[in-house]
Amino acid sequence: MQLSNMYQEVILDHYKSPRGKGLQSPFGGEAHHVNPTCGDEITVRVLLSEDGKTIHKVSYDSTGCSISQASASIMFEQVDGKSTEDFDKASNEFLAMMQSKGIFEPNEDILGDGISMIGVAQYPARIKCALLSWMAAKDAIIRANGDK
Amino acid sequence: MTTTDSKIKLDIKKIQLDFPILSREVRNNRKLIYLDSAATSQKPQVVIDAQNNFYETINSGVHRGAYYLAELATDAHEHAREVIANFVSIKSEQLVFTKNATESINLLSYSFLNATLKAKYGAEVDKRLILNPGDEILVSELEHHANLVPWQELCLKTGAVLKWIPITDQGLLDYSKMDSLISPKTKIISVSHMSNVLGSITDIELVGKAAKSVGAFFFIDACQSVPHMPVDFSKLGADAIAWSGHKMLGPLGIGLLAATEELLEIMPPFISGGSMIESVSMQKSTFTKAPKKFEAGTPPAAEAVGLGAAVEYLQKIGMENIHDHERHLTKLIVDGLKNIEGVTIYGPTDDQDRGSTVSFALNGLHPHDVGQVLDDMGIAVRVGNHCARPIMDKLKVQSTTRASTYIYNDDSDIQTLLEGIDEVFRFFGSK
Repeated sequence: MQLSNMYQEVILDHYKSPRGKGLQSPFGGEAHHVNPTCGDEITVRVLLSEDGKTIHKVSYDSTGCSISQASASIMFEQVDGKSTEDFDKASNEFLAMMQSKGIFEPNEDILGDGISMIGVAQYPARIKCALLSWMAAKDAIIRANGDK
Repeated sequence: MTTTDSKIKLDIKKIQLDFPILSREVRNNRKLIYLDSAATSQKPQVVIDAQNNFYETINSGVHRGAYYLAELATDAHEHAREVIANFVSIKSEQLVFTKNATESINLLSYSFLNATLKAKYGAEVDKRLILNPGDEILVSELEHHANLVPWQELCLKTGAVLKWIPITDQGLLDYSKMDSLISPKTKIISVSHMSNVLGSITDIELVGKAAKSVGAFFFIDACQSVPHMPVDFSKLGADAIAWSGHKMLGPLGIGLLAATEELLEIMPPFISGGSMIESVSMQKSTFTKAPKKFEAGTPPAAEAVGLGAAVEYLQKIGMENIHDHERHLTKLIVDGLKNIEGVTIYGPTDDQDRGSTVSFALNGLHPHDVGQVLDDMGIAVRVGNHCARPIMDKLKVQSTTRASTYIYNDDSDIQTLLEGIDEVFRFFGSK
C-alpha cells in the first residue's frame, strides 16, 4: 500500500507520543496558526537568548491530524536548544522537501526524523498539515526578535 | 414535460454508465467510490454533451446580435431557464441565473443594502427593503457560511442585528426557542432547507409561518434539498430560494435564485452593467425587468444549457424515485455506522428528519487521517469543517468526516465505505 509511504512508523510514533507538547513560560514570542481547510491549530512559543541567536526553549500546543501533530513533535526535537541559524537551515530544508512532490534527498543531519515526511510531499492536500508547526515557529521567532 | 414520477425500482448500475467519471480509476488503480456529492455532484454524459454542443454549434452572444447563431444561443439559454423554472414550479421570469448559490444569497443581501443606501440619498425604493439600526435578521446555527457571512456583513453595514435559532443535540433546529427570537423587529429570516453537514431537514412550513406572522422576508438555502427531493417553490411559503447547478448534475459556474415576482420587482439590482438596462445616458440609467435586471454582463449560457439537460435527466428518473433511493442509502449508512464500535454519528440517526449527508467521527482519529486511508481505497469523502464552523463549535469538534450520496451510488458503495472504516481503525491500530 502506497499509504505507508506517508504514514511511516516514525510518524505514527511521534503522533502517538508527541515530544515537548505543552505550552511553557516564560517566552519571548508566540504565534497561533490555523489551517482553515481542516481546522488544525497550533500555538508555538519561543524563548530566545539575549542576542536573539539561540532558541533556549520552544514549546507548543496543538490539535490536528497525525501529520500535523507528528510534524510539530519533530520540529520540537530539531529546534529546541538550537541556534536560530540552525532553525532557518532546517525549516528551509523542510519547506524544500515538502514542495518537491517527493523527489528530494533530505539531509538527515538537518532534519532528523523530519526526513520521514518525504512521503507526505506526494499528497498536495497534506503539505499544509506538515508545514503548520514550522511556519508557526518561524513566526514566533520573528515576533520574539521584534519585541527586543 | 418529461417528468415520470411514478415509483419504479431504479437500475443504478445502468445509471452509473451515464457518468463517464465513474469508470475511471483513482489512487492505487482502485475503482472510484464517490461519496462527496454534497460538495459537488458528478455529471452525466448528456450534460457534458449539451455544454459541448453549445460551443460546437451555436456559441455566440446571448441576448445580443440579430444573426442566426445569436438567435439559437438565446433560444437555448431561455429554454434552459424554462426547464429549470418548471422543475421547481415557477414561471421563467422568476428564475435568475447567478454564478453559484453563494452569489444568489449575496444578491438578496446586497439588494437590502443597496435599497438602504439608495433611500439615504433620496432614491425611491420600497420601504420593506430598508434596514434600520436595531432591525433583526434571523438565521440558524446550522447554516453553511454562504447563508451566514452575507447576513453578518449586511448587519455590519446597516446596524441591523443578527440572531440565530440554536440547534439541538440531535442537530435539528430548536423550534422551542424560535418564538422568543422573532418579533416585529425581524425583517429577514434565512435558513437552510437541509444541512450540508448533518443532513438534518428544517421544518420549512413552521419557520415560514413564523416569518409571515411578523411580516419578515423568508429565504431558504436550498442547495442540499433541490437536487435530492421534489421541491415546489409555491409550497415552501418562501420569498426566495437559492441553490446551485453543480450539486444537481449540472456544470460548475451556474447558480440559481427563485423568487416571488413581487420581490424581484422591488429589489434593486445587485450587479450592474450591460444586459440589465432599459435606457442609459451619461446622467442616469433605468433597468429592465427581472430576471435580466439581475443578470448583468454576458451570461454563462453553455452552463445554463448544461444545467437544463441535467434537470431533464433528473426528471426522467423522477425526483420521488431519487428521494426514495437516497433514503434507502441513508438508512444503510446510518445503520452500518451504528454497528461499528468507535463511530460517532452527528445529526439525526433516524431517516425521517434527514437527507443522505452523514457526518461522523472515528473516535480518537482525526478526519484528515480517516479520509486519507479511505482515499487509498478509492473512496472519496469530505473531511473538514464543511464551511460550517459554528456547527463544529456546537459539536465541540474541529472537523468531521462526511459521506454524501446521489443517484449514482449503490448498496455496494456503502458496503465499501463501511469496510473502509474498519480498515482505518486497523491501519492506525486503534482497535
